[in-house]
Amino acid sequence: MKIEKIPEFKVLIDESKCIRCKICVNECSFGALRYDKKKNKIVSKDWLCVACLRCVAKCPTGAITITRNPISLSPHDYWTERVRRDIWIRAETGSPRLVSMGTNLNYPSIFDHLLLDACQVTNPPIDPLREPIELETYLGDRSISVHSEDPLGLMIEVPIIFGAMSYGSISLEAQKALAKAAKELGTLMNVGEGGLHPDLYPYGDNIIVQVASGRFGVHRDYLNAAAAVEIKIGQGAKPGIGGHLPGEKVTAEISAMRMIPEGTDALSPAPHHDIYSIEDLSQLVYAIKEATDYSKPVFVKIAAVHNVAYIASGIARSGADGIVIDGFRGGTGAAPQVIRDNLGIPIEIAIAVVDDKLREEGLRERVALIASGGIRNSGDVAKAIALGADAVAISTAALVAMGCTLCQHCYTGKCPWGIATQDPKLRARLNVDEAARRVVNLVKAWSTELKEILGALGLSSIEGLRGNREKLRGIGLDELTLKMLGVKPAGR
Amino acid sequence: MTVFEIDCRGLNFKAVNREIKKAAERGEKHLRLLNVNGQRYICGGLKGEVKVEIHGFPGNDLGIFMDGPMVEVYGNAGDGVGNTMNSGHIIVHGDVGDVVGYSMRGGRIYVRGNAGYRLGIHLKEYGEKKPIIVVGGEVGDFLGEYMAGGVVVVLRLESDGAIESRFIAAGIHGGRIFVRGRIDENRLGFGAAVSDLSEEDYGLLEELVRDFCRVMKCSSRGVSSEEFVKIIPVSKRPFEKLYHQTSIKVP
Repeated sequence: MKIEKIPEFKVLIDESKCIRCKICVNECSFGALRYDKKKNKIVSKDWLCVACLRCVAKCPTGAITITRNPISLSPHDYWTERVRRDIWIRAETGSPRLVSMGTNLNYPSIFDHLLLDACQVTNPPIDPLREPIELETYLGDRSISVHSEDPLGLMIEVPIIFGAMSYGSISLEAQKALAKAAKELGTLMNVGEGGLHPDLYPYGDNIIVQVASGRFGVHRDYLNAAAAVEIKIGQGAKPGIGGHLPGEKVTAEISAMRMIPEGTDALSPAPHHDIYSIEDLSQLVYAIKEATDYSKPVFVKIAAVHNVAYIASGIARSGADGIVIDGFRGGTGAAPQVIRDNLGIPIEIAIAVVDDKLREEGLRERVALIASGGIRNSGDVAKAIALGADAVAISTAALVAMGCTLCQHCYTGKCPWGIATQDPKLRARLNVDEAARRVVNLVKAWSTELKEILGALGLSSIEGLRGNREKLRGIGLDELTLKMLGVKPAGR
Repeated sequence: MTVFEIDCRGLNFKAVNREIKKAAERGEKHLRLLNVNGQRYICGGLKGEVKVEIHGFPGNDLGIFMDGPMVEVYGNAGDGVGNTMNSGHIIVHGDVGDVVGYSMRGGRIYVRGNAGYRLGIHLKEYGEKKPIIVVGGEVGDFLGEYMAGGVVVVLRLESDGAIESRFIAAGIHGGRIFVRGRIDENRLGFGAAVSDLSEEDYGLLEELVRDFCRVMKCSSRGVSSEEFVKIIPVSKRPFEKLYHQTSIKVP
């Protein structure tokens, strides 16, 4: 066996429990399980196992356990097993690795070093069970008069929208589930750069359509079908490089939607070739506004990078109505590993510096600020908003709600849960209504939690938390990071 | 048929487009824009069967997201002509700037003069929808970069010898490019190759050259289908080997 094929996981099957029903064999989309007739038992090819746990979930007798393969590489805390495996794979193939989901490296999380305030004695908290607490959020230009006849912005019922995931990267079923959930929740989902499937047009009022550098599926009616249009410049998981939908996922239907040959890699170039400057960006913003008769807000999505504040300032001046900033932990269907794991900055810092810069320049009210990239729970939502965001976008969390186990193999197109796949057999595994119900539940639970947080803070609306960094304290953060965040240390 | 005239002198792009849309909605079938001077997005997102004459110099993104109209420019045009256009026809009797026909999904663009960098990049194609671009003069570098479908023809009516453009059709994975004259292999980008023309190619070229010369009122004499070089994708998946795709997971 070649050294890079030493399995990472081990499939353990309890012979006393296994009834040889072979469900696991059919469920494993990675081909790691096989029924051996002669031995009358299920045998595994452990090196193909990705620990998606589909077999474990589907085994009627609970006979399967997946464990980490307890190989004992001579311990080395610097040349870790991961480092050694990465080298072996490249040494064998001569190629970079493609990976999925947000970075799995253990970078420090700033969210985990921020704490929220609470009212005690001198300022009364609000009881969310009895008193109304508002989560409605306005995405758009707030600087125009409230009496303006036709405000361009959008009102969403919760400060949480769904991030961009294209038809191609995820299944139509997963997109439908998100669209249904967005409609029920009174919020927005984003179809990413893969066109708008005819089945989704009825959900237009809850959809953001994307114009990215590959311009897949972009036409006049597409722009007009949605509630908002997003120009995608960058993505947190892969700042500075383009999109990549591996050919494995470009089926006949995807090829029709994107108008590219079947089986080709759908590649979006790193830059939009009509945008090399803020002036050019402004040109596309207004081209979209012209094509939609100035009836829809235009957002611009960028990855959080070193000079994000200045870029955001430029975007605010370009005529855009909102800025979406995606932190370095943001997910992806496919990205080169080295890019995902090494480029960009944390979303927490990006929100703070962008909010500061926009306030400093008197631009903050002109644009909505939507933060994404690693929002895991309602605590993260509250902290992101307190740092200065109007709303957050979640994607990975929504997929996890549907049943994704974060096996991080989206790029193979073999998602056993029917989420990140175009294989009709696998797609059929995702029940749209059930997936939508679970996503709705997640956001409802988070909403209740947000209200509880707001009540504890003595705030009657999410609006009162927006950019309210006085409500945050840092723990275990150095002085400079605290200064960047505009947050005091705990105890002060 | 009556021609509805719009004097664009002193109007900004918003006003020009508003006038065009109003006229089109009213059912005008033939518009004439006079004194056009750099207004952007002319006919942007315009839908329907209307003919628009442009006298002067339209600004960038002429016909962006356009869906159906027939636009004829009696002058030069800027960058982004026919950007992400869905259907229709744009005819430019002069030169055009960069990124002409970016991600075009259908329809035709004819340019009498020269074109800048990145002509016909990301051209799409599916079923009946096949975008076509014909340029009478020379083109800049990165012609047909990442092309996924459609047809680009570079006639080079005033030129002899080899084409000077570099990185031609880099990353091409669908569609065809025809260049009149010689092409040195080192001018081709990654994933592009020169190929022989088929009977169908000759037929298409003859039709396009005839139509182009009719529209541009120029002579097709001296242009022979035999002089064209055809550029095609080496494979429909040129970057297949770029990344190592493995199910071996790393902790």
